This record gives sequence, C-alpha cells and structure tokens, in this order.
Amino acid sequence: MSQTYVLRGVRPLGGEPVDLTMADGVVRAIDAVGAALTDDSVVLDYTDFIVLPGLVDLHTHLREPGHEEAETVRTGSQAAALGGFTAVHAMANTEPVADTAGVVEQVWRLGREAGYVDVIPVGAVTIGLKGERLAELGAMADSAPRVRVFSDDGKCVHDALLMRRALEYVKAFDGVISQHAQEPRLTEDAQMNESELSGVLGLKGWPAAAEESIVARDVLLADHVGGRVHIAHVSTAGTVDIVRWAKARGIDVTAEVTPHHLALTEAEAATYNPVFKVNPPLRGEADRAAVRAALADGTIDAVATDHAPHPSEAKDVEWQAAAFGMTGLETALSVVVDTMVNQGRLDWPGVAERMSIAPARIGRLADHGRPIAVGEPANLVVIDPKATRIVHAQSSASRSRNTPFADRELPARVVATFLRGRPTVLDGALVSATGVDA
Amino acid sequence: MKRHLISAADLTHDDAVLVLDTAVQLAAIADRPVKKLPTLRGRTVVNLFFEDSTRTRISFEAAAKRLSADVINFAAKGSSVSKGESLKDTALTLEAMGADAVVLRHGASGAPYQLANSGWISSVVINAGDGTHEHPTQALLDALTMRRHLKDDVGDLAGLRVAIVGDVLHSRVARSNVLLLNTLGATPILVAPPTLLPVGVETWAAQTSYDLDAVLPSVDVVMMLRVQSERMNAAFFPSQAEYSRRYGLDARRADLLPEHAIVMHPGPMNRGVEISADVADSRRSVIVEQVANGVAARMAVLYLLLGGSEPPASTEESA
Amino acid sequence: MSERPESGGSAGEGVAATDEMRVVMTSDDVRRALSRIAHEIDERTKGADVALVGIASRGVPLARRLAERLGDIQGREVPVGELDITLHRDDLRLKPARPLLPTRVPAGGIDGATVVLVDDVLFSGRTVRAALDALSELGRPRAVQLAVLVDRGHRELPIRADYVGKNLPTSLRETVRVHVQEADGADAVYLGHEPGAAPITTDESSQS
Repeated sequence: MSQTYVLRGVRPLGGEPVDLTMADGVVRAIDAVGAALTDDSVVLDYTDFIVLPGLVDLHTHLREPGHEEAETVRTGSQAAALGGFTAVHAMANTEPVADTAGVVEQVWRLGREAGYVDVIPVGAVTIGLKGERLAELGAMADSAPRVRVFSDDGKCVHDALLMRRALEYVKAFDGVISQHAQEPRLTEDAQMNESELSGVLGLKGWPAAAEESIVARDVLLADHVGGRVHIAHVSTAGTVDIVRWAKARGIDVTAEVTPHHLALTEAEAATYNPVFKVNPPLRGEADRAAVRAALADGTIDAVATDHAPHPSEAKDVEWQAAAFGMTGLETALSVVVDTMVNQGRLDWPGVAERMSIAPARIGRLADHGRPIAVGEPANLVVIDPKATRIVHAQSSASRSRNTPFADRELPARVVATFLRGRPTVLDGALVSATGVDA
Repeated sequence: MKRHLISAADLTHDDAVLVLDTAVQLAAIADRPVKKLPTLRGRTVVNLFFEDSTRTRISFEAAAKRLSADVINFAAKGSSVSKGESLKDTALTLEAMGADAVVLRHGASGAPYQLANSGWISSVVINAGDGTHEHPTQALLDALTMRRHLKDDVGDLAGLRVAIVGDVLHSRVARSNVLLLNTLGATPILVAPPTLLPVGVETWAAQTSYDLDAVLPSVDVVMMLRVQSERMNAAFFPSQAEYSRRYGLDARRADLLPEHAIVMHPGPMNRGVEISADVADSRRSVIVEQVANGVAARMAVLYLLLGGSEPPASTEESA
Repeated sequence: MSERPESGGSAGEGVAATDEMRVVMTSDDVRRALSRIAHEIDERTKGADVALVGIASRGVPLARRLAERLGDIQGREVPVGELDITLHRDDLRLKPARPLLPTRVPAGGIDGATVVLVDDVLFSGRTVRAALDALSELGRPRAVQLAVLVDRGHRELPIRADYVGKNLPTSLRETVRVHVQEADGADAVYLGHEPGAAPITTDESSQS
C-alpha cells in the first residue's frame, strides 16, 4: 500500500481552495478545506498554494548515453522534478544517437530506475542525425517506451523529400515530427541573431529567415500529406505569423517556445558571455514580444525548456568556441510566471494548458496533463506563487551550471511534485525515490 | 581615460587627441641617437597572439621596447578544436607571471572584452585585433596619418571625408575606424558591394555607397581594405576580376581624387586586387608611413595606459 | 593650480594673492634677477658655445627671456631649446599618466656645447636629475649648468644651481608658486599656504 497524502487548502489551477487526497497513484478525493478524511494520511498544509497537473516538457537534453559529464538521466530527472515536471521528452542527440529501439529502451529504463519523472525518449528522424536516411521509426514506436515524438533536434531535417516522407510515415502510429528549423546553408558557423547588433559585435549572424523558410516549407508539407508537424523552440515573429496562418487553414501544426526566448533578447550577447549563446539564438525585442503574445493566444501551444546542459570547459571560453545551449528545467516555471503570469498575459489555467495539458496531448501521453479530478492519475505539482528566490548556478541539481538566470531574482517556487501520488519533491527538496516497476 | 583599450569607442574626443599628441612627441625619439626612454622600465608587456601577425606584433614589440619595457611574445594556438585550453588557461599562466599589460590578438570577436572582464587577469588589456570586431590601435595610427597630412599634426579630424572601401562586413579595421573617425569629427563613407556590408549598416554613423567612382571626387582620404579570396568561395562576389573592376583602386580611379587626397591601406595588400601596384607606390600613397606611425601610436597607448599609476583622469590638466 | 591673475598689472599689484599667499618677488624683482643671471652666465661661460634649455613648462619662457638677454649682451643669437622631462620622472608610477609637452633641441644641437638648464624653482632636485637623464639622450654636452629663478632648499639629491635668482628658505608646509607673464599674465613669485594643499611633500608636480 502506498502512503496517502492530503494536500490541505490547495487551489487547483488557481481556483477555490480544497483538500485534495491522493492514494494508490490517483486522486482519491477532492473535498472542502478541512473536510478530508485524514487517518493514515500525511497532511500537508498548502494553504494558498496552487496545484497544477505535473508539468510536461516536450524538449530536454539528458545527454546520457555519451555525455554524462554534462548530465545523466538521473541528474536531469532530479532537476526536472525540482522544476515541477512529471514527464520529460529526452532528445535523441546522444552518443550513440537514439535512432534504434535499443537506445530508446535504454534511456527509458534509466529514467524508470531513477524514478523522479517519466522519461519519454524522443526518436531520431534520420540515422545518426545525418539527414540522409530515415531511422527505424516504426521499431521505436513499437518499443517499450512507445515513442511518438521524433526529432533530429540539434540538427534540421533540411532535405525536403526526407521531411515529407517522415511526416507521412509516422501517421501510421499517430507520431509527430518535431522540427528544429534551421536552414544549414544560411547559418554556417552562425553565432547570434543576425541584426544591427551582430554587425557591431563582429559575430556571424543567424538570420530569422533561416528558421522561417523551413517552418513555411514544413507546414505546407504537413498540409499536403495530412501529417502532424511540431515546431521546436519558435524564436521569431515571422515564425509566429506562419504558424498562425497555418492553423487558420486547419493545418495540423503545433509549436513550442522556450523560457529563455520568453525572457531574454540578443542584447545579452553584448557582454560576449557564452552563457547566452544558444540555438536558435536570442532574438530582438519585436520577436520576444511576438512569442509572448503567441503563447498567450495559443498560437504557440506549449512551453518547452530545451534544457541543454554543458560542462564549464565548453562555456568558459571565447564566444566562438563555446557550445550552444542553456539549462532550464529548474527555472522554467518561474520564468513563465515572471514573463507571462505576473505581466497579466496568462492565468494559472493557461499555465496548466501550456506547460502540461498541451505538451501531454502533443506527445500523446495518457497519464499526464490530465484534469485534476477524482480518479485521474496523481501527477501533480504544488506551487507557491508568492515566493521569490535568487537563482544560484552553483546549487542546481543539474550537473551543469550554464543558466542564463544566474543571480537573478525570479518569482514562484515549486513546493512539491508528485509522480503517481508519490512525492519526488517536498518542501522544495528532492525526496529520494526507489525505482518503480510497471 | 579607460583602463583597457578594447574598442575605439573607449576613447572620448579628448582622449583620442591626447593619444595623437602624445604619439607625435614620442615619434621624435626615432630621430635621436638614443632611441629609448626609461618610462616603462620594469614593466612587463606580453604580446599574446592567437593569430599570426608578424607586422602588428613587431610594431607592439618595438613600441614597448622603446619605452624600456620587458616584452614577452606568446604565440598561442587557440582554435575551437582545442577549446578550454586556449584563452582562459593561457591567461591564468600570464597572471602568475606578473604581466602588467597583455596585448591580445585573437580570432574570436569579443575575446579581449572577456579577458578584461573575466577576473582571470589583473593586467591592462589592449586589443590588437579580435575576430571581425575591432582593431583600435590601427584606427589610431590611421588617424595619426590623416592628421599629419591633412591637419598639420594638430587637433582632430573635423570635416574630413574618409572613404573606406572593401570587405566592411568582415573588417575590424573598418569598425574601429568608423567609431574613431566619428569621435574625431570626420565623416566615414563605406563603399562595398551589398554582400560585403553588414545587416543594419544603415544605423552606423557612416554614409554608404555601392559606387566607388561617385564617391572618390569628394573625399580627402581613401582607405582600401584587403579582400580575401575565401570570400569568393562563399559567394560574396562572383570573381576577383569583377571585384577589381568595380571596387579596385587603379590609376584611373586615383585620378578622380582631389589633389590633396591620400591613399591608405592597413596591409597586407593584395596588389592587383583591391589596389593596383602603381597606386600603391604612387606619391599619394602613405601606406609605408602608416607602419611607422603604428609604432608611435602604440607607444602612446602603452605610455598612457601603463606609464602612470592609472590612465590620465582628465585631459585638461597639463604638467 | 593657483588662480590666474588679472592681466594688465605691473609690479604684481593686479595679482589676486590669496589670504594665505604673499608676494616674495614682484615682476620688477623677476626682471632684475633674470638680467643679473644673464650677466653671470656671460661671465662664467666666456668663450664657450652656450645653449639654453628650458625645463617644461615654466622653465621654457624663462629660458627664452634669458636667451634674449644673453644675446643682447653677447651680440649674437643664443640657441634655446625645450625639454619635457615627464618620461624620465622617478615618480611616474605614483600618479596617473600625464600628457607630454614638446621637447625641442636647440639649433645646432647640444653635442660639445655648454648647456644651461633653466627652471623656475629648485626644490628636491628630482626634476633636474630627470632633466639630466633626458638631456643625455639628446646628445653629449661638454658641460651642464643650472639656472633657477628660486631656490627653496630641501634638496633630496646632491644637486645645486649655478645661477640663482633668489634664495628663499621655506618650510615643507609652504608652497612656492611662480607666475610668468607668458602663461599667467604677469611675473611674480608667491610663498605661503595654498588652501587645501597637502603639506610635507617635495613632489614637484605641484610646483611647476
């Protein structure tokens, strides 16, 4: 028998306070505050705290196998749980690449052994991410983790014919291709957004058109073959316009945006500090405003962290030599509260939709992003909306320290995370977990 | 004056004029029997060059030695392949050796800025060229040259029109010159094919033109930038021949210049590509003199940044 | 620096001395002193190839005037030069870097000549030491002599002046200020306490 928990005074989706009881992996009861039965239960006083369905990340890099110096499935899962996540999609650009059933099953198993979040491996679209031949997408779909999201992220599926075939092929198992939109010929050795600033700083530019031209092509291909396309890390106003146009025509396109693109602009690059070097790059003010508005109105369906840990020797160097990427699992929710909720652009139900319900739907996850109701799986996150904290890079659970928010004050704090009714985080700290068997 | 010289924008108008005036005084040493001053005795200047550049390195070395500083030349190989062992580790080694100033030439834009602000070293940092970003001492020696020929070695460059011709997109010399020329009251005019002008150049404090013939009759200085053949491979222009035809400075174009105008080039030159041999060797050309002025300008920078306990606070006080 | 006096005053009267500074040489005193020094130079360097070199900044106008006076006496053009000693100072590292003033070698050079260095105030002697170093880089004089308008004592090096306009015993707490017509509008020498001046330093940067 598992431990029963009562969350007292908690506010589902920011609504009226209730007592929420979890037992045997599901929500057993929702009662008026003070009315819950509490024998043999642990009662947690969560007065004024918000409870949301556990967050779901469509885009994370856990680096294992192959780059464990940056992160492992275990440390990444811990970071995710602390960030309020109950499920993360682990991108395929590991070493070896996750382009076979064998590798995806390995990643899935490591996630279950760690036991902090459900780790759902993403399958590569092409063998070795080389962009030449399709990987065995069907085998990965049939494997234990039942892969549904496929991506060459890190690289773009730039060959138009291969992208078309991939979109068509995955229809057989309701799969989706998550495209990292970056025309390689326009962005060779690119370092930051191409703009006035890149001209002044002497850094090679990454033009917005290199993202937008691929997005435009891919929504048209998805339309033509009746497939499902997902646009990873939307970064430009032009991409937003294209996605909006495509949705208006009924094309099955979804899109995600990262917390750092909601919060930051290319102005950060002026310090030449490589913690701000990321792919796609931080863009201009107009782009940031456009993605915020798009997340608010639903043109962008989800927030996805693109958590990209790197060891210090890959970032403590001159800009051109530095790796691309920022960590994000532990700060994502706070950044969304800071840029969207506290600015009045999104309410708590909106946060639930963008950070849990929609990503779960896109990833076809049955147990996550569910309504908070009796009988539903108890994958929940409890949040203190009024707390603030200063981000300390050195004390992150991730193995890596490359957060762009170091020393900044951010609002909201994850108080507790529950994975099928079992706490992975309590009072903001990890609860050591034992592995769970199916 | 700022502690480091990373960008030409670090110099105010008065700072820049002070550097030029100091350079004029220091240049006179070349005519003395003893070509040395004791000013920087006991100071150590490290030339930290990650890019090969014999010309600039020798210029800084001569400048430091004429002021009696100890010079250490460090030719480092740093590339994105050997990441982690290049800039930071080298800097920590230099700090342990007690360098007073580090003259840094690096292929990565922003490297001197990072070095100065990283906390790895406590020395003064002088940018000797970083990637495609800036080359402030080049702009200073260019200004010194222009002032000598067009302003009698006095004051600033107010009213001068200076054409900068060529691969502006990849040129740190162009960026530093645009900044410094504006600071000194001159007007830069950038001339290049559209592919070699950066996005956003219309926000720069410079005029731009695609037509060299139209610009030449109205300028006091024409500065030719080196064009690299790799640019042709990346489709910036179709062929060297077409580039030369449209943007090369040959004798016909030199005749379009006003009588008093001078021809400059930061070097090394591609004779026959951006500049013809006869123009490079003509009486208008001050290219060789630029090299000598480089030593004087660098002596002035070393003296002003290192000679006292700190750089001059205000350029109004005089001895 | 002390305030600029209103021009047009002779005999130092139009000068705005502060409460703490008093005049110890009027413009007439200065004129007479320079005249006397010129004669002394003429006597002691009879027959020699004399060149005057003023130590920047206030030594320069004084050197020019002496050269003119001496020229009148000897009936010839006496070569005059300027020497900026900033780069030879021994206290460079203690202060921010200073702008340089011109150095001009007297016509005909200084090799084999008798060079008379000219300065306004002789104090610790460090300026003169720096000037000797600087001079040695311009050439090799046969002999070097020193002429100063005021000797205020407190030598820190074994240096003495050959020609002195006025011997002025002072305490280290006092300040000596020399004004010359070319730079300040009128000639005068002041002694006293400058408001806000730090005492007990022989740092001559505050003197010249």
